[in-house]
Amino acid sequence: MARAVSRNTRIGWTIAAWFVALLIFFPILYAIITSFKSEQEAIAGFDLIPSFTLESYREVQSQYNYFRPFMNSVIIAVGSTVLALLVAIPAAWAMAFSPTKRTKDILMWMLSTKMMPAVAVLVPIYLIFLRTGLLDTRTGLVIVLMLMNLPIVVWMLYTYFREIPGEILEAARMDGATLGQEIMHVLAPMAVPGIASTLLLNIILAWNEAFWTIQLTTTNAAPLSAFIASFSSPQGLFWAKLSAASTLAIAPILIMGWFSQKQLVRGLTFGAVK
Amino acid sequence: MGSITLKNVRKAFGDVEVIPGVDLEINNGEFVVFVGPSGCGKSTLLRLIAGLEDVTSGQIQIDGQDVTDAGPAKRGLAMVFQSYALYPHMSVRKNIAFPLKMAKMPEAEQEKRVSHAAKILNLDSYLDRKPGQLSGGQRQRVAIGRAIVREPSAFLFDEPLSNLDAALRVNMRVEISELHNSLKTTMIYVTHDQVEAMTMADKIVVLRAGNVEQVGSPMELYARPANRFVGGFIGSPNMNFLEGAAAAAHGAHAIGVRPEHWRLSTSEGDYPGTVGVAEHLGSDTFLHIDLDSGEHVIARAEGEFPVHHGDRIFLSAQEGRVYKFGKDGLAL
Repeated sequence: MARAVSRNTRIGWTIAAWFVALLIFFPILYAIITSFKSEQEAIAGFDLIPSFTLESYREVQSQYNYFRPFMNSVIIAVGSTVLALLVAIPAAWAMAFSPTKRTKDILMWMLSTKMMPAVAVLVPIYLIFLRTGLLDTRTGLVIVLMLMNLPIVVWMLYTYFREIPGEILEAARMDGATLGQEIMHVLAPMAVPGIASTLLLNIILAWNEAFWTIQLTTTNAAPLSAFIASFSSPQGLFWAKLSAASTLAIAPILIMGWFSQKQLVRGLTFGAVK
Repeated sequence: MGSITLKNVRKAFGDVEVIPGVDLEINNGEFVVFVGPSGCGKSTLLRLIAGLEDVTSGQIQIDGQDVTDAGPAKRGLAMVFQSYALYPHMSVRKNIAFPLKMAKMPEAEQEKRVSHAAKILNLDSYLDRKPGQLSGGQRQRVAIGRAIVREPSAFLFDEPLSNLDAALRVNMRVEISELHNSLKTTMIYVTHDQVEAMTMADKIVVLRAGNVEQVGSPMELYARPANRFVGGFIGSPNMNFLEGAAAAAHGAHAIGVRPEHWRLSTSEGDYPGTVGVAEHLGSDTFLHIDLDSGEHVIARAEGEFPVHHGDRIFLSAQEGRVYKFGKDGLAL
């Protein structure tokens, strides 16, 4: 930071940064603006000033009951994340602190499953769900999303755990800690930033997941992502209502992200700055 | 109590044999130092005793009981690590109390022991700080505090001073020795620094490539090294070795003379040479000498010895101070 930067350069960069940020954010912003328009205004053409009507929100709520998919989203996102953490913490612990020759291969193999197009396994999973009665259930979605995100969760935790010096855990062992106490009193508190950011990121991923949620649900378990998609159906497109539904769907995650951004950034850079 | 016995302890990582088989007897209350060059297996041996590594074969006994398959927590030992390994999220107080908490000791007793340890180690005023707010020496004291509160049957130190600067290292060395004198608990101390070994140990175990080269008191090792390796490793500066004609004259393959065991003269002696670097410290003079026979030796003279770079000098070994070694490196 010791580099001297002239005032003009700094202002120039600031403007450029804001411009890029707005450009990226613009689709979301425009959806929010459109949600405050009437349907006529929405299809009329590009206009940044809405008439600030809440008509679309009223209709979305009265016709489609926002609360149900919202709760589904919460349950599915939180449920799949917690489940994934419960599986991933011991797995990452084992790989970070007692690696074998094959650990790297296992990690790569796990990651490679993320490289496969999800649609390739849609039919088998659909059939399994059909047979086991998991179609259109929250349980089914929790399981699928947990499995989808598990590789990323294990990888993230593994990277965080690797930053923790093994000697500290050995010290705990010498101090008489059992494996459980070692994880609870020493490893977990030290890995809190990492675990927290993994949790947040995974909730966001699960919340935004649209492929599986749309394919595997109809009405009962449909979360917000499926809820939005349902607006582009039978009666044709209703831009304002679609925008209102989208705004309602992204609002919770946006608010959560805003409040936890410190934790997220800290977690994502954990290890880089000690 | 804290007597430790190793019976033919062997350790291999995959196909690599790190410790080919060690027998060792450590008596209760002894200060034992494992010393050797890096990679000689001294830390591995300590970790085997600690239970942090599994032995490949052989047996480890503590106070006569077989603990070969017992976990580290069950062995009643305490360890001080090179990196201190403090719990960064806990205060000094909690760090020191951690083993007591794990042992489910009543809080009042914990508090008593922590403050006692803090007093011994001069940590009273730092108890509520986090390890990150302490200096290296203070962290090391906290690590020692965490070890002593448990009243273990033996302390294990894994190169505890190597992260400290030179001055602090000397202080801590003295502190650890004093601690041993007051606690009278068995201590096993790993270091690559032979000065630490010589100054602290009751018994030194010299290791090379996982083998025990010699076990003995510092003075035994200094006076009667079992082989050329021990002779060269113990003592500072290192022992000088001469081969060829000089050795043959003593009926040996090689002879060793410590730097402090030369008689120096500017006029006559057995081994003529030229002074290279001369280090005048006041208390001692260290001379790096190129002998006419081609060897390079170091000589130490007490006090000031007024020679300089390029001067002629003559060395002779002091009476009875020549170590003789055979072709196999063993002392004759």
